[in-house]
Amino acid sequence: MGRMDHITFLVAVVIVTALAFDFTNGFHDTANAMATSIATGALKPKVAVVISGLLNIVGAFLSTEVARTISGGIVDDALVSPGMIFAGLVGAILWNLLTWLVGLPSSSSHALFGGLIGAVWVGAGSDGVHFDKVVEKILVPAVASPLVAGVAALLATYLAYKITARSRRKSVEKGFRFGQIASASLVSLAHGTNDAQKTMGVITLTLISAGALGHDAGPPVWVIASAGLAIGLGTYLGGWRIIRTMGKGLTEIESPQGFAAEAASTTVILTSAHLGFALSTTQVCSGGILGAGLGRRLAEVRWGVAGRMVAAWLITLPAAALVGGVSASVVKHGGDFGTAVVALVGAALAAGIVLVSRRNPVSAHNVNDTHEVTIRTEPPARVGTAA
Amino acid sequence: MNLDWTALGQVTAVSIGVTVAVVVVFALGVLGLARYEGARYEGARYEGARYEGAKEAGAGDAGGTSALSLAQAGLCFLACAAVVAYGIYLIVPQFH
Repeated sequence: MGRMDHITFLVAVVIVTALAFDFTNGFHDTANAMATSIATGALKPKVAVVISGLLNIVGAFLSTEVARTISGGIVDDALVSPGMIFAGLVGAILWNLLTWLVGLPSSSSHALFGGLIGAVWVGAGSDGVHFDKVVEKILVPAVASPLVAGVAALLATYLAYKITARSRRKSVEKGFRFGQIASASLVSLAHGTNDAQKTMGVITLTLISAGALGHDAGPPVWVIASAGLAIGLGTYLGGWRIIRTMGKGLTEIESPQGFAAEAASTTVILTSAHLGFALSTTQVCSGGILGAGLGRRLAEVRWGVAGRMVAAWLITLPAAALVGGVSASVVKHGGDFGTAVVALVGAALAAGIVLVSRRNPVSAHNVNDTHEVTIRTEPPARVGTAA
Repeated sequence: MNLDWTALGQVTAVSIGVTVAVVVVFALGVLGLARYEGARYEGARYEGARYEGAKEAGAGDAGGTSALSLAQAGLCFLACAAVVAYGIYLIVPQFH
């Protein structure tokens, strides 16, 4: 790191913010891989998050094909400055924390893209945003992928129950629980190879734009290690509020359904990646869980929770874009001082959200106790309307 | 903007096909395992019953059923393990 003098205040802030986003990404997405395994008792809550965290770190080190673009063409990368990246990350982090507070699974990727779109729009004009790519790379997969995972999980669940209908329930539950360990681990590994990459890409491109790395440079080892650790630590600390919603809130999950949902999610994620579709792990996994809920006859799907979740999906991108845009305008006009103000305000809001969550904490010990995530002290009739 | 409907259709078809296939094969494995456990349970009960001098009819093939069920379970789980291995192969870029 002989070129340390290239690392300005702004670049240092971007790196720290990117790692913070990576952390919220891990902690938001533990639920994708592990929620149903925790709900069915296939894995103890603490064991589940340790496995998931480790596989995320392993996944981060495995991938060599680092994302050369931050956004996959959604914004014009040539116009993106470190200030805009910073503003976009702030939007993404705040949205991730807010949805975590109300226990809603929303896409971290959409939050990141939304934040970047808002920041670039304000920082470089609407020409910097490729709206056709937004439709092609975000909108279409967002509609299609949960549907596909849902239909696959529905059919698979229906058949799994049909095939094992006359067997001893205990043997069947036990068998599928065992299978869930494998399917959940695959989701975690795939997640590590995908999502840690995003943060590495952001940091690497920031370093390149600041002249601290040559063009076409890959990520230095310290970037890979810190991004892997940040996402792994986030995963380990576990977004228990979201785990509760995905494992218990959408529907009551039994182990055959959990296995079917995870098998569907893994297959959709892997086939899409193979064919070059970007998609949200969160949305795929939620779709799979809903499908598995419908596939078992008489299983209760809580459409109210599902509706709030879909509403959060719709708002994620514009909400993160709004925060990203406001932050970008402060950074643009305020320089280093503006950047510091945005960082401080962002940190204060994040701390505030964490404090509010303390009023009604969800942890490894009580994650399976109920299906609702509340943010008030006394148990209210329904989850807050914040989403 | 040009949507690649063929790729979308492929993802849909492959995803649904593979998911259903894996879960059905796994369910058949679980079915075999459950039968094996059930047969052993029945077998143990039969042994107990014979000891007390009860009727012998209908319990003669318990051993055959149990071996067949175990083989079915083993084959199915092996097939699923192969799919998991292929999944890991797809995830890890070093293998390509």
